[in-house]
Amino acid sequence: MAVVTAVETRPRRNVELVLLIVSLGIAIGAYVLVGIAAEGRVQANWMWVGGGLAVLVLGVHAVLRVVAPYADPVILPITTAINGLGLVVIHRLDLAEETSLATRQLLWTAIGVGAAVAVLVLVRDHRILARYTWTAAVLGFALLLLPLLPFIGRNIRGARIWIGLGPLSFQPGEIAKILLALFFAGYLVTARDSLALVGRRFLGLQLPRARDLGPILVAWALSLGVLVFERDLGTSLLFFGLFVAVLYVATERTSWIVIGMSLFVAGAVLAWRIFSHVQRRVDIWLHPFEPGTFENAFQVVQGLYGMASGGLLGTGLGEGRPDIIPFAESDFIFTAIGEELGLTGIFALLLLYLILVERGLRTAIGARDGFGKLLAAGLSFTIALQCFVVAGGVTRVIPLTGLVMPFLAYGGSSLLSNWIVVAILLRISDAARRPAPAEVTG
Amino acid sequence: MSELTLTLLRLGYLALLWILVLSVVGVLRSDLFGTRVTRRPAPGTPGRGIPAPAPPRGRDTEDRKTPRTLVVTEGSLKGTSLALGQAAILIGRAPECTLVLEDDYSSNRHARLFLDAGTWLVEDLGSTNGTYLGRSKVESPTPVDIGTPVRVGRTVLELRR
Repeated sequence: MAVVTAVETRPRRNVELVLLIVSLGIAIGAYVLVGIAAEGRVQANWMWVGGGLAVLVLGVHAVLRVVAPYADPVILPITTAINGLGLVVIHRLDLAEETSLATRQLLWTAIGVGAAVAVLVLVRDHRILARYTWTAAVLGFALLLLPLLPFIGRNIRGARIWIGLGPLSFQPGEIAKILLALFFAGYLVTARDSLALVGRRFLGLQLPRARDLGPILVAWALSLGVLVFERDLGTSLLFFGLFVAVLYVATERTSWIVIGMSLFVAGAVLAWRIFSHVQRRVDIWLHPFEPGTFENAFQVVQGLYGMASGGLLGTGLGEGRPDIIPFAESDFIFTAIGEELGLTGIFALLLLYLILVERGLRTAIGARDGFGKLLAAGLSFTIALQCFVVAGGVTRVIPLTGLVMPFLAYGGSSLLSNWIVVAILLRISDAARRPAPAEVTG
Repeated sequence: MSELTLTLLRLGYLALLWILVLSVVGVLRSDLFGTRVTRRPAPGTPGRGIPAPAPPRGRDTEDRKTPRTLVVTEGSLKGTSLALGQAAILIGRAPECTLVLEDDYSSNRHARLFLDAGTWLVEDLGSTNGTYLGRSKVESPTPVDIGTPVRVGRTVLELRR
C-alpha cells in the first residue's frame, strides 16, 4: 500500500519576473543585433522599443500578482519571448523591404495585452464562461460566416476570411476560434457521457451509436463549408481538429479520433479532387522543384533555400536574405528565423512552443472542473495545431495552409486572439494551482 | 565592429535563447507538484505525510475500547489500513485527503473521522452519495463503534483495535 500526499504549491510570481527579464533580454538583444547588422551600430531607439514591450508585459505581470497569484509562472515569459522575437524579425524585414509593419504589430501587441489584462480582471473565475456556451456558439459561427457577407467581406489572396471597415481589416475567424473552443468545452462537458458510454465494441474500439455521430458530422460539414466558401484550408483544418481533440479529451474514446481522421481524410481527398486551389497546394508540396509548379512553389522553395543557407547556427540576425521570400513576415516568418538563427535557434523556438502547449495541457490536468479541463485542453491544442500546420507546411511535411504561427507571425487578429487565449489559460491555471481551501480542523 | 565580435554576438544570442529554454525547464522541474506517492515502510506504521503519532499503548480497560486502526474492508483499496492517532482523517478522492479513494461513487471530500473526547465520530462533508454508518445515513457527527461498517461510495471502512 502506498501513501498519497499533496505537495505544497507556491505562487512563484518572482520566478516569473526573473524569466520575464530573460525574455525581454531576448527581444531587446535581437533588436540590438539587427541594428548592428543593418547600420553597424546599436539603434538609438532601442531603449524606447524595448521599454515599450517591457512596460506591456510587466503590466500583465503586475496584474497577475493581484488577480491570479497562482497562475502558471512560465506561460507569460514564453509568450513574451516569442512575441518579442516576432516583432524584431518583422522589423528586420521592414528594414529590408522599406515597409513599416513592425509598428502596426507593436500596436496590435499593445491591444492584445490590453485584452488579456481585461480578460484576467473581468473573468475572475473561468467557470463563469460556461454560462455562455450557446451564446459563444452563435457568436462563433456568426463570426466565422461574417466574411461571406457582401460589402464588409474581403477577399485577400484568394481566401475570403477577412472583413474590412475602411482601412482596417480583421480576421473574425481568429476570435471565432476562442468562442468555438468555449462552446465545444461547454457542450461536451454535458454531452460526454452519451458520447462515451453508449455503443457497441468492435475490433477493440467503442463505436458510438449512429445518432451520436450528429455533432461530429455537423462540425465536419461546417469546416468543409469554410473550405468551400471561404477557400481557407487552415481555418477549416483548425476547427475540425479542435472539435475532434476536445471530443477525445471529453470522452477518452480512441474511436472518435479514428472517426475524425477518417472524416478528415475523406474531406481532404474530396477537396483535392474538386478544388483547383487545393490541387495547387498539393502539387507545391509534392513537386516544388519541377518546372511545371516552380512558379507557384517559389515561396516554399525560397523558404527551403533560406533555411539551408542558415544551416546549424544561422547567418545571424539581419545578415541573411529572408526578405526574398514573399510574405516572409507572416506565412514564412518561421523560415526567416530558420535562416538567421539556424537550426539551433529554430529548435529553441519550437521548444518554447512545446513548453507553452505542455503548460496548457498541464493546466487542463490540474483543473478541478470538467469545463476548465476541456477549455484549457482545447485552447492549448489550437496553439499546438497551428504550430504543426505552419512549421510542417513550410518544411514540406504537409501541404502549406494559411495558418499563422501564434505570437510570431505578422497579423493583428491572430495576435489579439492568442493573447486572449493566454489570458484564459493563465486564469484556469490559477484556479488549477491554487491550493484547496484549508481543511477544517477540530 | 570586427568579424570576431559579430560572430561572438551571434553565438551569444543563440546561447541566450537556450538559457531561456533551460531556465524555463529548470523552473518546471522545481515546480513539480500534485501528489507524491510513497511506499508505506511497514504494515501498521504511518507513511510520510500522515500526522499520526503512535497511539498510547496503555493496558487499562478504558484503552481496550479505543480503536487503533482504520481498515478498508470493501472497495478498490480493500486491505488498506491506517494507524489512528489524534488527528482527524479526511476521506475522499482529493489528493489532500488522508485516505485517497479511487472510487467514482465518492466525492472529493466525502467524509471525516475525528476524535472527540476519546470517541471517534464520523461526519459527512456534504457528499453527493452520502455516508452510511451501518444502515443509517450519517446526517450529523455520529459516534462510530468498533467493527461497525462505514460506507463511503463503494468503499466500506471499519475501526479496529
